[in-house]
Amino acid sequence: MKKLMIALVAAFSILPMFAVAAGGNVHLDKANYDLSDKASLQSGAKLFMNYCIACHSTGYQRYGRVATDLDIPEQLMKENLIFTDSKIGDLMHNSMNKKEAAQWFGAPPPDLTLVARVRGADWIYTYLRSFYADESRPFGVNNTVFPEVGMPHVLEELQGISTPTFEVTTDKNGVEHKKVVSLTSDESGEMSSDEYDEAVLNLVNFLVYAGEPNKLERQGMGVWVLAFLFVLFIVSYLLKKEYWRDIH
Amino acid sequence: MLKKLVLDGIDWVDARIPMTDTWNKHLAQYPTPVNFNFWYFFGSLAMLVLVNQILTGIWLTMHYNPSAEGAFASIEYIMRDVPYGWLLRYMHSTGASAFFVVIYLHMFRGLIYGSYQKPRELIWIFGMLIFLVLMAEAFMGYLLPWGQMSFWGAQVIISLFGAIPIVGDDLTLWIRGDYVISGATLNRFFALHVVALPLALVGLVFLHIIALHEVGSNNPDGVEIKQKKGTASEEAKGKFVFHEQYSGKKDIIDAIPFHPYFTVKDIMGVSFFLFCFAAVIFFMPEGGGYLLEAPNFEAANGLKTPDHIAPVWYYTPYYAILRAIPDKLIGVVFFGGSIAILFLLPWLDRCNVKSIRYRSWKHKLNITQFIICFIVLGVLGALPATPLLTTVAQVASVGYFGFFIALWVYSKNEKTKPLPTRLTH
Amino acid sequence: MSNAPDNSGRRKFLTLTTGVVGAVGAAAVAVPFVKSWSPSEKAKAAGAPVSVDISKIQPGQLIRVEWRGKPVWVVSRTQKVLDELATLDSKLRDPASAEAQQPDYATNALRSLKSEIFLAVGICTHLGCSPTYLPDSFSEQVEGVESGFFCPCHGSKFDMAGRVFQNVPAPLNLVIPPHYYISDTQILIGQDKGDA
Repeated sequence: MKKLMIALVAAFSILPMFAVAAGGNVHLDKANYDLSDKASLQSGAKLFMNYCIACHSTGYQRYGRVATDLDIPEQLMKENLIFTDSKIGDLMHNSMNKKEAAQWFGAPPPDLTLVARVRGADWIYTYLRSFYADESRPFGVNNTVFPEVGMPHVLEELQGISTPTFEVTTDKNGVEHKKVVSLTSDESGEMSSDEYDEAVLNLVNFLVYAGEPNKLERQGMGVWVLAFLFVLFIVSYLLKKEYWRDIH
Repeated sequence: MLKKLVLDGIDWVDARIPMTDTWNKHLAQYPTPVNFNFWYFFGSLAMLVLVNQILTGIWLTMHYNPSAEGAFASIEYIMRDVPYGWLLRYMHSTGASAFFVVIYLHMFRGLIYGSYQKPRELIWIFGMLIFLVLMAEAFMGYLLPWGQMSFWGAQVIISLFGAIPIVGDDLTLWIRGDYVISGATLNRFFALHVVALPLALVGLVFLHIIALHEVGSNNPDGVEIKQKKGTASEEAKGKFVFHEQYSGKKDIIDAIPFHPYFTVKDIMGVSFFLFCFAAVIFFMPEGGGYLLEAPNFEAANGLKTPDHIAPVWYYTPYYAILRAIPDKLIGVVFFGGSIAILFLLPWLDRCNVKSIRYRSWKHKLNITQFIICFIVLGVLGALPATPLLTTVAQVASVGYFGFFIALWVYSKNEKTKPLPTRLTH
Repeated sequence: MSNAPDNSGRRKFLTLTTGVVGAVGAAAVAVPFVKSWSPSEKAKAAGAPVSVDISKIQPGQLIRVEWRGKPVWVVSRTQKVLDELATLDSKLRDPASAEAQQPDYATNALRSLKSEIFLAVGICTHLGCSPTYLPDSFSEQVEGVESGFFCPCHGSKFDMAGRVFQNVPAPLNLVIPPHYYISDTQILIGQDKGDA
């Protein structure tokens, strides 16, 4: 039995061996989100509804579920957070025309319900804090995490706009490489740098929630399931031992 | 009173179908070697996982929408809107990987104890067919969520058929039913995944067990528990009654009935397995991106390939072999060969001794290097290819195929240890 | 049917214990499978309460609202109709609404919250067809009664309070769904007042 445990534990622990450094070579800041922090989720939802949903739907989740999960009263949700003529039970689509959007931005803005599961929380957290002024781009901004980004810096009124400091290196072929090493905000936004980081963290928290709304429920249930299976294992172990007295 | 009613009921059924007889033949009076060790848990665990996949699969089918337009959204519908849909989905997706974990360990058991050798060749062949169908089943199931990895994984694997001379291109077109992976492909994969292949799997599992019970189980000593009638001592035969089918023709030594001894033992194994299984389902259903991959949370897009495509972990060893060979056709041949050669194992091993316990140091070394190569290939198949890693994969591929060639060579006149006359335990 | 020689009390006890724990586990596993058949959030959203605006309804007019895939009628009854309703008791199967086909607040003579507004599920209680509203030609069906509902499938007849007439196939009065007035001109169908 000990050997079985070792084998199964070994089998499951082989998995991390496959782990590769996903996300490429950009440094990502850690997003210390907390799914149990309702205030943070509510604030994130508010930011999302005000700044994001006009272009990015979260078309797999429903307003009503968000309201319930985030402890937002239904009436408040309807009045302050639903900007389309949607009903409370509807999926969170927006009224943007996908074809026209593709013409404006090059590609239609992706749905963001699952973005935290595709990109990871750290990526979004860093991305939203990494816009900088770049006149060569159509919207006047670029991004260190997402080079040549196709969207404007929507949160500029909160953060202000950053200017980059470049480091220019010349490789052995004599080609110059320009790399952004740091960003300096002009502090024209409504928020201080710390406030902005917290606002983005709340938004990330909301997107992580949106990616898997029942994550906390799942983990809570898991504790009970494992406790039960532990008991089952103990009684089945005793039963096995009892029967095998006949043989040994 | 109640007891009499039950007994009468059993008699009534037994007069019409052989219920009690079947129960005895395959469970209560089935002779099982007493020295089974922990490697023998994985057969029953595979059965458990199969049941899990069938049940959760049927329930997922109730909510899934098999169309290119609706498939992705219906998965999220299951994850969010269907009561407990997320649990059913995670049980199924985690179950797929768990299936391969237990099957690989089950195959490894067969490998080290020579369970494929005469007279158990057919058990091995049926087992390999189960493995093959299971790979097809998992591959087709993987397309159904219609995410980016589903789409591009299927694209790459179906394209492999294009390497076949002359018919290749027509064949890929026929498999897809379209010029690209499309709704037509999705629908046929759905039909095969939920109906055809599960039927084949269940049928093959039945044959696998029938074949096993016909010749009897091997064991860690690789010594048969059936001897010529009238040659075994009473002490060796032990105190248990076995079914006439087995004890009528042969003397059975060192065996115990499957039920209750191995049922209680397997229940214990099942509880432990379920603990691990539930831990993954409830606390790491994405398995660090190896059970549910991040790009698959994005709907399929035929115009945009994800940065790094890797097959699911259970295919990576063969995929690494494919990539290690710098020629499409030869690569595909070796890719297919790496599976096909496993079918030949009973005839490549020409040794009369089954268990690794009594075989030569060459055999122990050969199996060890094989397992190392297999795991190395598995890891490499999940990583992006670089020139260095490709070289490593080539070395490991040589080790993989070398195992079979070396086995064939040294097993003919292998210097083995003397076999015990009784099972050791 | 066991092939084990010993059968001690300890063994029986442990077998029973494992069996009970296992059965509890099996029952728990069945929960997600059973519950997944309940209406999903999508179905619930589609079946959510529907509000209807009655500010523009004309006397005698019927408006149809879809609620949970079924037609719900909102009819404005004139005083003449209301007078007529009081005279029909002897021709009806269940004139006093004794059968529970309506919420408590509609268990009254007119089967409604407000006398002039009648609201009911427009599905015949016989076999599920939707009856036709006959505002002024109902007397062809029931002599001396001007308005009512007539089911074209099997000829069941209902009065302007959805009460079934005698000698027709339909056994029960029309169903009144839960509903309440949000305001004087807005009715919410599908929810009792005070329920969230």
